[in-house]
Amino acid sequence: MQTMVDSVFVGLSILTIGSAIITLESRELLYGGIALAISMLGIAGYFLILDAPFVAMFQITVYVGAVAVLIIFTVMLVRSPNTITQRETKKRKIAGIIISLGFLALFATLIGNSVTSQFSFANNSNVVDIKEIGKKLLTYYSPVLIALALTLAGSIIGALALARREDIEEKNEST
Amino acid sequence: MNQPSDFLIISVILISIGIYGLVVKRNALRLIFSIELIANAVNLTLVAFSRMVSNPQGQIFVLFSIAISAAEVAVGLGIIVIAYRFYKDIDITEYKNLKN
Repeated sequence: MQTMVDSVFVGLSILTIGSAIITLESRELLYGGIALAISMLGIAGYFLILDAPFVAMFQITVYVGAVAVLIIFTVMLVRSPNTITQRETKKRKIAGIIISLGFLALFATLIGNSVTSQFSFANNSNVVDIKEIGKKLLTYYSPVLIALALTLAGSIIGALALARREDIEEKNEST
Repeated sequence: MNQPSDFLIISVILISIGIYGLVVKRNALRLIFSIELIANAVNLTLVAFSRMVSNPQGQIFVLFSIAISAAEVAVGLGIIVIAYRFYKDIDITEYKNLKN
């Protein structure tokens, strides 16, 4: 059982990190959007390994279902002639790689040397109940839920108001 | 394998890929991709710690965080669409009028 979980973990890591790199380095922006969706699916797989099936379903619904489709539509809408820009100079690229590798080395050694590396998952801990999440959402966290709903509605209305084309509307009104 | 620190390492790798994208790329959509990668890595960390202490509150915070980043993507893509309409490009070095 343990070896199976290990192989699943390694496979998911390769899938997630590989498609995260493809997201940023692919030549076509559209393939980058699709790779981002695959990377989010990999994260949902991690949530399933971590015994959080509800969060995994939420992740698939919101990210792969809504956000990725929105991004792909935007990519099609703003199809620019030069997808590869000349401003990504070699110097900038080397600086970026050095910064990210430095961050990675710093935090990997921090995690390796901290007490976190000795923690382990409780073996026979009861799996988190979905009912408990629902109860907490509707009792203790209900003000947060309401504020979140208003934030979402406000941001959607804001996006609609931003993307409105006033010139076309005026033309339609005059005719 | 399959201990909390492994998930933390994966999340740190994802964050560093996102930082690389934020530093190097000059395409507005690729910047949004990088921000999404970083947000996903943070969610992974929260769920790993929630599993470690077997407490559902981490999962609840992840639900909130996913909803907020969905809202953020909606507004960001709206701004990109308008900027494309003005400048006919989504390269952020073209947006010089925003500086002053």
